[in-house]
Parts: sequence; C-alpha cells; structure tokens
Amino acid sequence: MEYEAVIGLEVHVELKTESKAFCSCTTAFGGEPNTHVCPVCLGLPGVLPVINRRMVEFGLRTALALNCTIAPMCKFDRKNYYYPDLPKNYQISQYDMPLARNGYLEIEVDGEKKRIGITRVHMEEDAGKLIHVEGPNGDYSLVDYNRAGVPLLEIVSEPDLRSPEEARAYMEKLKAILEYIDVSDCKMQEGSLRCDANVSVRPKGATSFGTKTEVKNMNSFRALQRALSYEIQRQIELLEKGERVVQETRAWDEDKQVTYTMRSKEEAHDYRYFPEPDLVPLAIDQEWIEKVRAGLPELPDARRERLVRQYGLPEYDAGIITGSRALADYFERAVALFPDAKQVSNWLMGDFLRLLNAQGLEPNQAPVTPENLAELLKLQEEGVISIKIAKQVFEEMFATGKGAREIVQAKGLVQISDVAELTPIVERVLASHPKVVEDYRNGKEKALGFLVGQVMKETKGKANPSLVNKLLKERL
Amino acid sequence: MRLSKKEVEHVALLARLHLSEEEKESYTHQLNAVMDYMEKLRALNTEGVEPTAHVLPLRNIFREDAVRPGLPREKALEGAPAAREGQFKVPRVV
Repeated sequence: MEYEAVIGLEVHVELKTESKAFCSCTTAFGGEPNTHVCPVCLGLPGVLPVINRRMVEFGLRTALALNCTIAPMCKFDRKNYYYPDLPKNYQISQYDMPLARNGYLEIEVDGEKKRIGITRVHMEEDAGKLIHVEGPNGDYSLVDYNRAGVPLLEIVSEPDLRSPEEARAYMEKLKAILEYIDVSDCKMQEGSLRCDANVSVRPKGATSFGTKTEVKNMNSFRALQRALSYEIQRQIELLEKGERVVQETRAWDEDKQVTYTMRSKEEAHDYRYFPEPDLVPLAIDQEWIEKVRAGLPELPDARRERLVRQYGLPEYDAGIITGSRALADYFERAVALFPDAKQVSNWLMGDFLRLLNAQGLEPNQAPVTPENLAELLKLQEEGVISIKIAKQVFEEMFATGKGAREIVQAKGLVQISDVAELTPIVERVLASHPKVVEDYRNGKEKALGFLVGQVMKETKGKANPSLVNKLLKERL
Repeated sequence: MRLSKKEVEHVALLARLHLSEEEKESYTHQLNAVMDYMEKLRALNTEGVEPTAHVLPLRNIFREDAVRPGLPREKALEGAPAAREGQFKVPRVV
C-alpha cells in the first residue's frame, strides 16, 4: 500500500529582547549558572511578574509577518507541571486566548509552491536547564535558571506538511522570516530556535488521520529531515506488519539516527491551565497593529521577487540569496558597487557560501566585505587577474581579511597580457611537447587545452588565457 | 458527589500532596461543596457577558525592555536545600 505522512510542526523561538519576559534579568546566552536570575524568575514568594512590552511587539511583528489575525484581547495562563526546570511549578503561557491565529507561510519544494497554515502564535516563558548526574551516592540533577523566563513564541503549524522535505522547507522559511523581522537569533544549535513534530501516516488519499507520535530533540534542519524520514518509515513498517502506532513522545538520537520512546514528564498531560492572576489581559487595538505593520521590513518572498525584477536574477539564485537576510543584504551591497548581478550571485552561491559554511559563519561575519568582493570582481573584469587567480585571491581574502588589490600586488598575481612576455613561454611549451603538437595538427582539438594548461602552469596561472590561446593557434 | 475520592487522589498526585485517608475524605467533601457552588453560579444567565479573566479593570500593564541586575548567585542559592557547582541540586526526576 502507498502511504502518505501528515506532519505538523510546533516551533519555539527565543525572542531577542534584552531582558526576560516578566522580569528585568538579562537574556544573554551562556553566563555562569544562576547569575541571570532574580526573585521573579526564581519563583520566590511574594513577587509579581510584569510583561515586557518588547516581547509583545516582537510577537505582533511575527504574527503579522506570518499573516495571522491578531486577537483584540488576549491573556496569560498558568500551565502547571512539576519538573525542576520551572522554579514556580508552572509556566506562564497562553492557552485559550493566544496572541494570534490563522496565518500561513508559503514554501516551495521541487518547484511547487504550497501554502502551509499556521494555527496559532502565542507567548510564553522558557524553562531552565537541567544536567542529570549519576553519582556514587545516588543520581541527582543540577539546575541552572539563567534561561528561565526568557521570552518565547510558540508557533504551531496546521498538519499541512506531507514529507520531511516540506517540513524542512517550512522550517527554513520560518527561520528566514524570523531573521528578516529581527526578533530572534534563530540559532538551532544554541536552542534559540527549536522544533517538535507531530507525525502520523495514513494510506495515500485517506482523509482521516492515523495515530500520531510527537518527535523531539531535532537540533538542525538535517536532523529534522532525517528524524521525520525515520519516524515515517517506522510507522509504515508497524502498519505493514499489522501492528499499531502507539501515541507517545519520542526523541531523536542524532548519534544512532533513530527515534526512541521518551519517559514522560507528567503522567498524563494534565496541565490544569488557569488564567494567570498576576498579569492583567492585553488589549491590542488596530492602531498598535498598524504601527507594527508599518515597521515590518521587506519579507523574503517579496525580496526574492524584487531581486528577480530589479537585477534580472534567475528565480533559483534569488531564492537562495534571499533565504538569509544577511546574505541578501550582502548581495545588494556588492551589486551596488559591481552591477553584474549574476556574477555576484555566482560568487556568493559558490566559493562564498562554501567557505562560510566550512567555518560555520553567517554572511555578516564573513572576513570578505561586499566592498572587497566587488573590488575582486572588478580586477577580474578589467583583465588584471584571470578567473583562476581570482578564486585563489578570494581564498586568501577569506583567510586573511585583506583586500583583493593588496593581495594581487603583494603576491605578484597580476595577469600577464604582454605578448612579448608570453611568446617565449608559448614557444618553449610547443618545443617540449612535439607529440601533442602533432596530435593537434592531425585534428585532435583537445590537445590545445593541454598546451594552454602547460603555459598556465609555467606562469603559475597568471597568463591571460585568451591571449595564450591566440598565441598558440598562430603557431600551430 | 460530583468528585470521587479517586479524582481527589489524582489531583493530589498532580500537586504532589501526600494525603492521609482522613484528609482524602475531608477534601472530597470540601471540593464537592466548591463544585456545588460552581453549579449554582452556572444557573446565572451570562449571555452577552464577556468572560472575565481578571477582576481588575486594568489592561496592558508593561515594563520597558531594560536589564537590571538580579541576585548575586550566593543569594540566589541561599534558600536552596542543596546546591552544587553554583547550581540547585535536586533529586533526579527522570
């Protein structure tokens, strides 16, 4: 039987406010354990939380960028559970009256566009971090509350995703949007962007849902895609064997590349939500919404279309470049100085991203500035250096942060376009490869390439290739 | 009886309360009295009345997003029954 997967994603994103959601402690990542805490986020008796205005603004910005309807009235609730990552034994969250509902974003997989629904966006606080220790005198856990109270948005998608590829595309698009609107660092490895998935399978074409499992602990796009592929296959195999899928929470094991059953925090999910009596409701009027809407920057889809229109970039290039706001900014700064947009895009999608990824850097951290890249492309365009040398110089620029012209001059990499200088080399190459010369004269066109290669080798790649071609042909 | 003793035991477990048999009986009665009162309230006609999440006539109370120093770590850990390496030490839960 043919099966299809039904996937919904629940994304938690840490907002990059300066201070926590309900107290004035810093949200800075890292820091010695329990140095970013106060009586409020430690849940000491007698304290009162106060809502961080910027958290709400970031929430509104996100909701609008995701095409949601903002609730005119919303409130916070207490989600009760006993687990030491929460010092209060409840998490301040939003239950039945979330900030926003009914949005969507658009993904593209294999050239096909698809709209993925967003059920809701709500605000809540993050929990602390636990380290479990197995000791000779018994097991215990150590708790660090630095992260407790950092503002989070939970963004829940509709079960509209049908494959791990679609899930990944959704997550990548969501990350791009969150970066564009500048509400989060979106670092999956540091946990500022986290994702859980609800997964089920059903016979293709069926309208009812199969039993779902929840998959957690996917810390990268690749982990998300692999974990979902694994889980879908696992469920299909169970059904094929005539067994049933058990509704449960499973975790992805990155080392073993499998999902496994997690022991649950609370016996049943009986969170006994009730309105947070320490916080008054939020009334968000149209004026506030319009003010936030007016402050939204150009979003990835709009920017992609503009890059195609304004610079004549192919859709594919524009898609990759606008996938990250920093990369798109980089591109536009470089194109302002070197207007051959396709050339710039080729460099960015090629050597630039390759070197960037190899070092795990973001585009705005690149050692090569857009100004430097434009300078390099100019040198190549003017014929001062060959494309081969340009690539070599680029690596050097990336490694040292030096300018293109500086490297070209210091290393004597200027292209040789002087006939008088190249002629003796060309003649020497011809003289030392009589067999190849004969092959060429007998019609083996490819032999020319070899001879060009030899001249380039003699000149350490600096010879002007078209001039070398011309000089060789004149003598053959 | 709307609430059974079993439900009271479940709620007690969720709240990590250890109740004696006597307390279970007593709380079952008390909670049922609360439930009866709720039932009385439910008889009221609330059509057209907006749900109240909060009794104060206040909305949109915010603080600005500014960092202020919190507690020194020694203070933060002072009330902890056990601490280790600058962290709260608790029994292992999972």
